[in-house]
Amino acid sequence: MTDLSAILTPEFVSTVLLPALIAGIAVSLCASLLGVSLVLKRCSMIGDGLSHVGYGTLCIAVALGWAPMQVTIPVVIVCAYILLRLSENSRLGGDTAIALFSTSALALGILVSSKANLTTDVSHYMFGSILAMTRGDVIFSVILSICVLLVYLLFYDKIFAVTFDENFARATGLNVRFYNLLIAVLTAVTVVLGMMMMGALLISSLMIFPAVTAMKLCKRFRGVVTAAVVISVSCFLLGLFLSLWLDTAVGASVILMNLAVFAASSLLQMLRRQAGK
Amino acid sequence: MAYITCKDITLRYESLTVQEHLSFTVEKGDYLCIVGENGSGKSTLMKCLLGLKSVDGGTLTFGDGLKRNEIGYLPQQSQIQRSFPASVREVVLSGCLNGHAIHPFYTKADKARADEQMACLNITALADRCYRELSGGQQQRVLLARALCATKKLLLLDEPLTGLDPLVAAELYGILRHIHDEHGITVIMVTHDVECAVRHAKTILHIGKDESFFGSCADYEKSAVGRRFLGDSLSPEHCANCVHYHSADCGCEAHRRAREEGSAS
Repeated sequence: MTDLSAILTPEFVSTVLLPALIAGIAVSLCASLLGVSLVLKRCSMIGDGLSHVGYGTLCIAVALGWAPMQVTIPVVIVCAYILLRLSENSRLGGDTAIALFSTSALALGILVSSKANLTTDVSHYMFGSILAMTRGDVIFSVILSICVLLVYLLFYDKIFAVTFDENFARATGLNVRFYNLLIAVLTAVTVVLGMMMMGALLISSLMIFPAVTAMKLCKRFRGVVTAAVVISVSCFLLGLFLSLWLDTAVGASVILMNLAVFAASSLLQMLRRQAGK
Repeated sequence: MAYITCKDITLRYESLTVQEHLSFTVEKGDYLCIVGENGSGKSTLMKCLLGLKSVDGGTLTFGDGLKRNEIGYLPQQSQIQRSFPASVREVVLSGCLNGHAIHPFYTKADKARADEQMACLNITALADRCYRELSGGQQQRVLLARALCATKKLLLLDEPLTGLDPLVAAELYGILRHIHDEHGITVIMVTHDVECAVRHAKTILHIGKDESFFGSCADYEKSAVGRRFLGDSLSPEHCANCVHYHSADCGCEAHRRAREEGSAS
């Protein structure tokens, strides 16, 4: 355990902690919103697959000396689109397509980075480094998160319709392909942003945990979305402070916090069922 | 011109051709039931009508002022929907979305329309309940209300009665009759239940592996394929040889009479 007052110097707070807080809250918000749709559409793994692709691209970008985020985001968006089409059309099945595609991209990235002797430079994207984000990264993350949020809110009703019953939406004349693509693009952006803070290995659980916990607690779509946002942001805050206090990895602490809340809500649900009997 | 005209269409399920040279029309005000054996292409046809899939040959055209975004659809319930956290109001409202492509949110008119349809189907009291906690019959009413929000003209139903007990099924048929008669909505339904189809529909489309039929209910009951299919309902208790379908050689009294009447007319 560390003495918090010793770490929390004014300088640390303003240059490291505050930017991390702002970026973290913004990305947690986006991740939880999209997570609800992904979980309900039964494609939770797409977040995981995209994070592998993202990590592979990051490795290549760093090896070639390009700006990591600005290169990775477009590539992951294109991959999200391809994955979506693959799971729509192929006989392989969505999850198999995701697994093949994402591990290949990951392997390619690792190959390039090992050839360029970069393995230590890129390894912090594996586990995330929210406290090491530059000011530019933070501003970039916050702007993109706001865009994701606005688009999500603007299309909220249609995203509900497409998530609840794709065939009905398509049959009654809604452009389902466009909205699926929209969800995929938003997911891609969120995954890359989240990867910088939580790491490629943990970002998909940032999307899935709050959604699953919220679904245990709420019965309405709007309620689930709201609860997921609240759970996600509070778990992030608690996880971050816990990691400072106990001097542990930020990403892992946030996920374990999510796990604790999930366990508590499962228990609550069980008790409710018992009481209902 | 008819609402829907199908001319010489071919239906394929994956790479297997299940129907060829199928032609029929759906007029405004029609009540069409599509019946047939499993694997004859009923669901594939429904997908084509809904625009979820294109026909593999021939032409399918919409006419009489009917547009793609003016149809309502009551699907078979999938597993995803059954565990979906959504209130009844949210589900019903989502039927209104096809009306406005540009406006991002529900309008007052949409909300009024959803309320009206919920009242029509007697589910206003359930509006704030969770969809997944309702009974099968109630869920089907909710989905029907959503379909009615999406259309004033044409309603398509894909085996809406699967898994419902007979009492609830009868109730649903009553609601459909009301919607068809009072609101002037054209109905197309895919169903397994030939007996009820004949009782409620105006027109029957029977698609089979070998023979197909399209025409009025009365003609269907007289047709060879219709008699074979309906044979079961003539008087199954008299016939130990044909539990499922009336067969040509079962030799029981009721069926012999039915055959004679059929060949006389």
